[in-house]
Amino acid sequence: MHVPDGFFDAPVSIGAGVVAAAGIGVALRGARAELDDRTAPLAGLTAAFVFAAQMINFPVAAGTSGHLMGGALAAILVGPYTGLLCVSVVLLVQMFFADGGVTAYGINVTLMAVTGVLVAYGVFRLVTKVLPANRPAVTGASFLAAAVSVPASALVFVVLYAIGGTADIPLGTLTTAMLGVHVLIGLGEGLITAVTVGSVAAVRPDLVYGLRGTVRRPLEVRTAQPSGA
Amino acid sequence: MIGRLHRPGATPVHRLPPQCKIVATVAFVLAVVATPRERLWAFGAYALMLAAVAAAARVPAGFVARRMTVEVPFVAFALLIPFVAHGPRVEVLGVALSESGLWAAANILAKASLGAAAMILLAATTEPRVLLLGVERLRVPPLLTQIAGFMLRYLDVVVGELRRMRVARAARAFEPRDLRDARVLGRAAGALFLRSYERGERVHLAMLSRGYEGRMPAADEAPATAGQWTAAALLPAAAALVAAGAWLVG
Repeated sequence: MHVPDGFFDAPVSIGAGVVAAAGIGVALRGARAELDDRTAPLAGLTAAFVFAAQMINFPVAAGTSGHLMGGALAAILVGPYTGLLCVSVVLLVQMFFADGGVTAYGINVTLMAVTGVLVAYGVFRLVTKVLPANRPAVTGASFLAAAVSVPASALVFVVLYAIGGTADIPLGTLTTAMLGVHVLIGLGEGLITAVTVGSVAAVRPDLVYGLRGTVRRPLEVRTAQPSGA
Repeated sequence: MIGRLHRPGATPVHRLPPQCKIVATVAFVLAVVATPRERLWAFGAYALMLAAVAAAARVPAGFVARRMTVEVPFVAFALLIPFVAHGPRVEVLGVALSESGLWAAANILAKASLGAAAMILLAATTEPRVLLLGVERLRVPPLLTQIAGFMLRYLDVVVGELRRMRVARAARAFEPRDLRDARVLGRAAGALFLRSYERGERVHLAMLSRGYEGRMPAADEAPATAGQWTAAALLPAAAALVAAGAWLVG
């Protein structure tokens, strides 16, 4: 569910647009430095993955179901720069589907790409720094990163709303409702993110950005020796 | 799946260069968003303008309406506002609702629907690939549009893999019941990531073998003519007049 047009007033929309543009600009530079000419295909395919992963529905409780948002997942798997780009591009394409308003694109990027990815990656780095570098620690860090990033985005939404929302909702009510719902969503997000990162780390630990520098034996490419040589 | 957004055609709306249509759409939505919420007649005028564009582009109303369902979760949220907002209450069918909340809900519904309808018309008359070309011509960093281009190109492939995984799970009698089943879904997501990322690596190698040097070959650059810009400006100009009228007249 993305913010549509008319939900925030013009100054907040423009301000968030500036934040979003700056975030995307920094991420473009960072991703190019990391991936070089591989940026477009790798980030593009990862963005397609994030879009598809958002279609995975999981049952939450009492017949309701939630879906993955994928900001934290992208941040841990491909790093904060590429992750931010992927989520921003997913939001851009979802805008073609009329999911999220044209004038609210900056707000949606600020909430889901900038806040979601940065908070998730920050939490992940903090936890993996404290805990020993092994698989359970990475799984736990992924869980926390995703579980914290979802309510963090909700909190930024409330802050933006306090500055420039177009409806006169008591802030206390809004904060309680938004945080309550998103803490629950965050738990589901954390669970599925942790399993996903864990399963990727089991097969291709070299692909998990968050594991850089902790993998003891990097994946090596062995070429077949010609027989009889 | 992205292809369903587009309705091929050869109407004047279809033939306008993408960058003109994007600028027109954004300017139109800006005018809508800037309109004071008490001027209901202005929103009616905007809706008529979009209907005129839809008629010129031969996009049926049912198509737009079906695509608008993406808004439904937000409509539910907007309908809650009158119950929780501050301010003096008015009785509606025996329920005390906040007056400012009702205005806010109507405001959000009107502006969000008009914005969504404008976007749907843009996507219906412009191929996604051409839409990205238009975004690029508006000086958005080419790397960003390249990423979006690869995403669009491979979206159906990746979504197809996701669907096959779901069929395979269903064939083995798996049905997600509660959150504990997240383990299975998470592994599937992990496998999907590996397949997508490794496909990206193969795509990159294939591009290198065809002489890729970090830039996509430039498409034939035909700048939009003044006439095309003028035609595209009709919609936002009319909307700007209405918005100005709404501020001045009331």
